[in-house]
Amino acid sequence: MSLPFLLEIGTEEIPDWMIPDALENLRLLFEKLAIPHESVTMDATPRRLVLRAEGLPERLADSEERITGPAKSAPPQAVAGFARKLGVTIGELAIEATPKGEYYSFTRKVEGRRTKDILAEALPGLILQIYFPKTMYWTAKGGPRFIRPIRWIVALLGEEIVPFEIAGVRAGALTSGHRRLGAREIAVTTADYERRLRDHYVILSAEQRRQKIRKELTGIRVKPDDALRETLVYITEYPTVITGGFDPQFLRLPEEVLITVMRHHQKYFSVEDAHGKLAPQFAAVMNIDADPEGFVRRGNERVLRARFNDARFFWETDQKKPLADRVADLKHVTFQAKLGSYYEKTRRMMKIIKELGGKRLSIRAARLSKCDLTTELVKEFTELQGVVGGLYARAQGEPAEVWEAIYDHYKPESMDDAIPRNLAGQYVSVADKLDTLRGCFRLGLVPTGSRDPFGLRRAAQGVVRILVEGRVECDLLALLEGNQALIDFFADRVKFYFKDHRGFAYDEVNACMAAGWRDLVDLEARLVRVQKLRPTPDFEPLAASFKRIKNILDQAKFTGGGTIDPQLMEAGPERDLYDEYRRIAGQPIESVISRLRPKVDLLFDKVLVNAPDARVRENRLTLLKTLLAEFSTTADFSEIVTHS
Amino acid sequence: MQSFQEIIFKLKQYWAERGCIIQEPYDVEVGAGTMCPETFLRVLGPKPYNVAYVQPSRRPADGRYGDNPNRLYKHSQLQVILKPSPDDVIEQYLGSLEAIGIDLRKHDIKFEEDNWEAPTLGAWGIGWQVMLDGLEITQFTYFQQCGGIDLDLVPAELTYGLERLAAFLQVKDSVYDIEWTKGFSYADVRYRDELQYSVYNFEAADIATLWKLFDLHEGEAARLLKLYDPKSPDKKRFPLLPVYDQVLKCSNLFNTLDSRGAISVTERVGVIQRVRKIAVGVAQAWVDQQEEVAA
Repeated sequence: MSLPFLLEIGTEEIPDWMIPDALENLRLLFEKLAIPHESVTMDATPRRLVLRAEGLPERLADSEERITGPAKSAPPQAVAGFARKLGVTIGELAIEATPKGEYYSFTRKVEGRRTKDILAEALPGLILQIYFPKTMYWTAKGGPRFIRPIRWIVALLGEEIVPFEIAGVRAGALTSGHRRLGAREIAVTTADYERRLRDHYVILSAEQRRQKIRKELTGIRVKPDDALRETLVYITEYPTVITGGFDPQFLRLPEEVLITVMRHHQKYFSVEDAHGKLAPQFAAVMNIDADPEGFVRRGNERVLRARFNDARFFWETDQKKPLADRVADLKHVTFQAKLGSYYEKTRRMMKIIKELGGKRLSIRAARLSKCDLTTELVKEFTELQGVVGGLYARAQGEPAEVWEAIYDHYKPESMDDAIPRNLAGQYVSVADKLDTLRGCFRLGLVPTGSRDPFGLRRAAQGVVRILVEGRVECDLLALLEGNQALIDFFADRVKFYFKDHRGFAYDEVNACMAAGWRDLVDLEARLVRVQKLRPTPDFEPLAASFKRIKNILDQAKFTGGGTIDPQLMEAGPERDLYDEYRRIAGQPIESVISRLRPKVDLLFDKVLVNAPDARVRENRLTLLKTLLAEFSTTADFSEIVTHS
Repeated sequence: MQSFQEIIFKLKQYWAERGCIIQEPYDVEVGAGTMCPETFLRVLGPKPYNVAYVQPSRRPADGRYGDNPNRLYKHSQLQVILKPSPDDVIEQYLGSLEAIGIDLRKHDIKFEEDNWEAPTLGAWGIGWQVMLDGLEITQFTYFQQCGGIDLDLVPAELTYGLERLAAFLQVKDSVYDIEWTKGFSYADVRYRDELQYSVYNFEAADIATLWKLFDLHEGEAARLLKLYDPKSPDKKRFPLLPVYDQVLKCSNLFNTLDSRGAISVTERVGVIQRVRKIAVGVAQAWVDQQEEVAA
């Protein structure tokens, strides 16, 4: 008989962002039990993690277990002992032929266990094994740990309860409805579970909650915000959209500030007018079915008004002291205990920008870039650092190049985020990140595994993206101060960027980086060339030949790099290759590859590099080495993985 | 309309009916209800304890001279400790909101992740901020550690922001417009506190004097802590509660110095450590003091 299985872990409100991963983890743990089943569905609300499976057997199939005993040649006592241990007679034993000889053995029938028993035994441990980034205990010291207290458990296999207990909670058939709109105890079966929840104002499926929000937002011009919508999907059991408004006079505040208040602090969608400008409206998602008397709308409007009033107060107060007058205040803001204050950081950034070739406005932008850390607005809305500085700089009459640079200098904050829009911003951003990287690496504060508290990977990735995509030509290695750990760290970031983000083949990236990566703009240009060259017919054979040259030179441990003496050459392939080399030297590989390749092939076909005469041999090796060097400035082609 | 004090009466009544001791505010300055001995010390050890009290909480840096409608130097918290936390603690909490007239079928309640931590007390917990129609009205915390010690029983701590709650219920945009009781607004009762303490904390406090006081209180706490002897048959007499008062004094002085701009960022961590050291010292001795002397 095939049975449905329902497991609902009822908890207090789980942080929304942890729910999808926890569900996936629960599914994997269940699969690991290896109980046959036809399908598994996972669902969750903030108060329940739910696993439903179909088609479980009532008991697992019977199986056989073969136990091997002593060798056939063993003394009779040993054989008798083996039989006795198994509780059988010697006559019931079989003789089994193995590669090592013949052995006594016994095949025991193992009766398949009842699924219910397996589940009852496994579930308590399985549930407590679900991974959460931070857990708590709630019964007493040493008690079980989970993300939030477990308050009820539904565990049904078919019509039967799977009996177990965690933290004093016994699994049963009673679920719980919406905190305010549903009943506290609701009897369910595997068949009516979802519907019963729905009757008690719990929409079990995240997708249905998502659709409900989407549908109710239709007709309102909200700024699309998938991350916010997902938060709301997992923070509600019965989401309902309401709209509210605010006094249009607040629109005089910068949009960035208004949107941050609405999005980050209040979890509202902001609304645009027909021209794409911010409208004095918002859309909020309640965890209740309706707001007929407007209590919720008015409450939210009042909270928003208070928040906007605060923001306006900060905006006006901060302006009384321009950014330029705040530079000295940065002496009191610590960047990192051992790396000094933001004042010192700013000085170092200005120096890096000079090294990069930045001019007056870039340096001014750097000088003012951290001053917003002393403003009330940034203390209140830390996520707006940089942006607020840029807005103040604009209001205080700084030129566009400067204020935009300040505004953008934390960018790019992710692989998808844009890089700073102007060169000054690119310089400031690179200088800021490089300074952090240099400082942390000098102190040995290096990322390990998944631990990267200073966000150094993201910082280095940002530097790489800005240099390449902003086409900032510079000597990156010189900027890394010869710190080998930092150079290796960057090499990884450069590889990752071109390989995973830009889609170049890994061997092309290796080949081009082996020819140098001081200047990432140049590296990118070479990668593009190699990528174009690769499908041409001469490419792979030439790459293979280059690899062969490299092997020959390695094997000969050839270090000499003298001049080529044409007098020592044989007429034919060797001389021909040399002459070809002289004709094409200095030209880009693309235009010469078709001429070079047959000459190289011919040399390897007809000429023995390791000639008996040492002088001839040296001369040939020198020719090969020269050739390799000449055409390896674009890429070290021997790194290319060839199929021939 | 319920006045500010009626709201407080009802909440106290509600929690009294659920077995809480109703305490009066602690008489030493604190930054939060958590710091009162009724919370900080009582959550330690294996004895159950339920208590509720209103605690005026002083945050010198939050003062705004009485000009800002939502920010106060001294606000009032209703602090509830349920140790151990009952299984239906959230239902009980929601019941308290209904007790002050909030019909939760008509309002939007959300529990948003917000873990609490107090580095100066070596204390932290897991919990939420409770949002009512978008307004944070309560911090809900399951204590995990206090004074650096794992707690035997996990208490639930409910901290209600009373001014916010009252402004919500009375539909006021400024806390100063809250009706404290008939004929008296919040401003009538508290405005002078806000103005004068803002002036003191931001302008008038003498930094050298405050540092001297800090050193004296810290010294007194450290001196006494050294004398605590876990093996002494008289250890129950030992004045740990007065020592803890010294910790509170230090904490408030630290906050005042901070609002006065007298603590540089580099010093900051060090001063927090100093307060934490004596706080943790008291907590450890307190736990020991509850136990009998080992034979």
